[in-house]
Amino acid sequence: MVAGARRLLIEEQFALRKPRSLWSDAWHQFRRHRLALAGLATLTTLVLATLLGPLVYATPTNVIDFSAGLEGPSAMHPFGTDDLGRDILARALFGGRVSMAVGITSVLIAITLGTVVGSIAGFFNTLDNPLMRVTDLFLSLPALPLLLVIIFLFRDVLRAAFGPEVGIFIMIVSVIGVLNWMPVARLVRAQFLSLKRKEFVEAARTVGADDGRIIVRHILPNVLSPVVVAATIGVGGAILTESTLSFLGLGFPPDVPTWGRLLYDAQNFIDLAPHWALFPGLLIFLTVLSINFIGDGLRDALDPRRVG
Amino acid sequence: MGRYLARRLLVAVPTLVAISFVVYGILALAPGDPLSQLALNPNIPLEVQERIRHSMGLDEPWHIRYVKWFLALLRGDMGFSYVGFSPVGDLIWQRLPNTLWVVGLAYIVGAIIGIPIGVLSAAKRYSVFDHTATTFAFIGFSLPTFFTGILLILLFSVKLHWLPFIYDTTRQVHDLDSLIFQVKQSIMPISVLGLADAAILARYVRSEMLEHLPLDYVRTARAKGLHERLVILSHVLRNSLIPVVTIMALGVPTVFAGAIVTEQIFRVNGIGELLVRSIGDSDIPVVSGILFIFAALVIVFNLIADVLYAVLDPRVRYG
Repeated sequence: MVAGARRLLIEEQFALRKPRSLWSDAWHQFRRHRLALAGLATLTTLVLATLLGPLVYATPTNVIDFSAGLEGPSAMHPFGTDDLGRDILARALFGGRVSMAVGITSVLIAITLGTVVGSIAGFFNTLDNPLMRVTDLFLSLPALPLLLVIIFLFRDVLRAAFGPEVGIFIMIVSVIGVLNWMPVARLVRAQFLSLKRKEFVEAARTVGADDGRIIVRHILPNVLSPVVVAATIGVGGAILTESTLSFLGLGFPPDVPTWGRLLYDAQNFIDLAPHWALFPGLLIFLTVLSINFIGDGLRDALDPRRVG
Repeated sequence: MGRYLARRLLVAVPTLVAISFVVYGILALAPGDPLSQLALNPNIPLEVQERIRHSMGLDEPWHIRYVKWFLALLRGDMGFSYVGFSPVGDLIWQRLPNTLWVVGLAYIVGAIIGIPIGVLSAAKRYSVFDHTATTFAFIGFSLPTFFTGILLILLFSVKLHWLPFIYDTTRQVHDLDSLIFQVKQSIMPISVLGLADAAILARYVRSEMLEHLPLDYVRTARAKGLHERLVILSHVLRNSLIPVVTIMALGVPTVFAGAIVTEQIFRVNGIGELLVRSIGDSDIPVVSGILFIFAALVIVFNLIADVLYAVLDPRVRYG
């Protein structure tokens, strides 16, 4: 009697509870990671600021005013001005758009390439070895030096083809993407190797699904979580890489104010105008830090087996 | 072991050749004339230009040039710089000690700071120390090295006037004063790289330790009454360090790449600075030489990592 009542109670509870999905579970877990939540809030603020900021804060990025050069933060210029008297806040807001666009686009390229290579290598035994050798070869390339060289050598061609800003954007994004797909490919391949032997794949094959359908509809969704985590952290890495390139003077043209470029220009005025370097540097740091915390939270949320 | 090593070498050598081919190909296929500086000089007649071009072998197709370059490379000859008019090998050898000094010390400093922090973090998981260390580690690998460098310069050179912000490689160490100067000028470049390494290592050590802590052999060690410190240091740490050693070996090339940025900030006369400058000068022989050295570093340290892993972990079969 008691057991029966208890069962009824449990059934009632289950009936009342909304059906749970992977993503609502993940969100529930993610909310418990306080630093990840703080990171999400910071990143949202930064993204909104760079997207909407230039609409609200109407100061132009490239008006030169020598009488107001190297001024510290003030009501008129909240982040101060550079040596030519240009407003640093306006330039930093614009630079944020560039940095985030580069980060997201190059990671999309890396993820797509990595997932395609990884799935093919993991699913088709004959292609596994050659594709993994190619992956190893790419992993052995000295990434940053090569990036510098490729961008320097080919930027004139792309500039001629697509214009100075778009040309460099395409170039930077594709080179960062092409030099960063290998970890994703390895991850996806490892998952495919274990998943393709599972019963649900067998079942799909029995009902007549072809290879393409099994890969896309049955195995790939199961690989999604680690790829999402890798992608999140990858965006931070790509933003760092882009600002490193700009800092070495090999990124966007000088009139496009990216965060790294602002620091590059500021480093020779560090004693006279520290604010010039501090604000863009802090923005890079905050963006990457919040992305890393979000990535950590996502890893906790999406992978229940992980320790640490 | 010998057979294992031989097999790894058999894979490494073709990879190195393939990479040298890719690097040379990218440089050769790039638009732009390496001798454009010459073409701009009105004092050199066109026929002389052609002769220079011919004497440098630049009128030959690039795959022929690649084979010649590679064969010369095997003899240790990396060609002549277009700008400095001295052998590329000499240029690199002059600067290598500066890079090695900064990069090598930074890596050691990183390990000395990072590994103990990782161990303590894992041993006292979720304690105040762990949370603080985790936060600092995240800050450490989210801070771009060029920003840390600028912050340090701002604080210690501009505000406090304690440390010089340019690394002067002409100074020799011969007495106590010059040693103190050398130490003072090394502090900032080394800590920029070292702190970034320490953050990454601390995270690795921590997560490796946490993988090992719930294992049976740890319970056995505790059950037989070992002191917790002994359990952590001589059982868990020793096993956790196996993958950490490989990670450290694999990280060496990345650290060299990091030196490119640090050398730029502190004006260190190293190979990273040489690379950036040669790229700006279109000095193709120097660029290809340095790129090849970086590629060789990656492969050599991959090999070292594999061998170390096999030596340290008896479970790895030499297959």
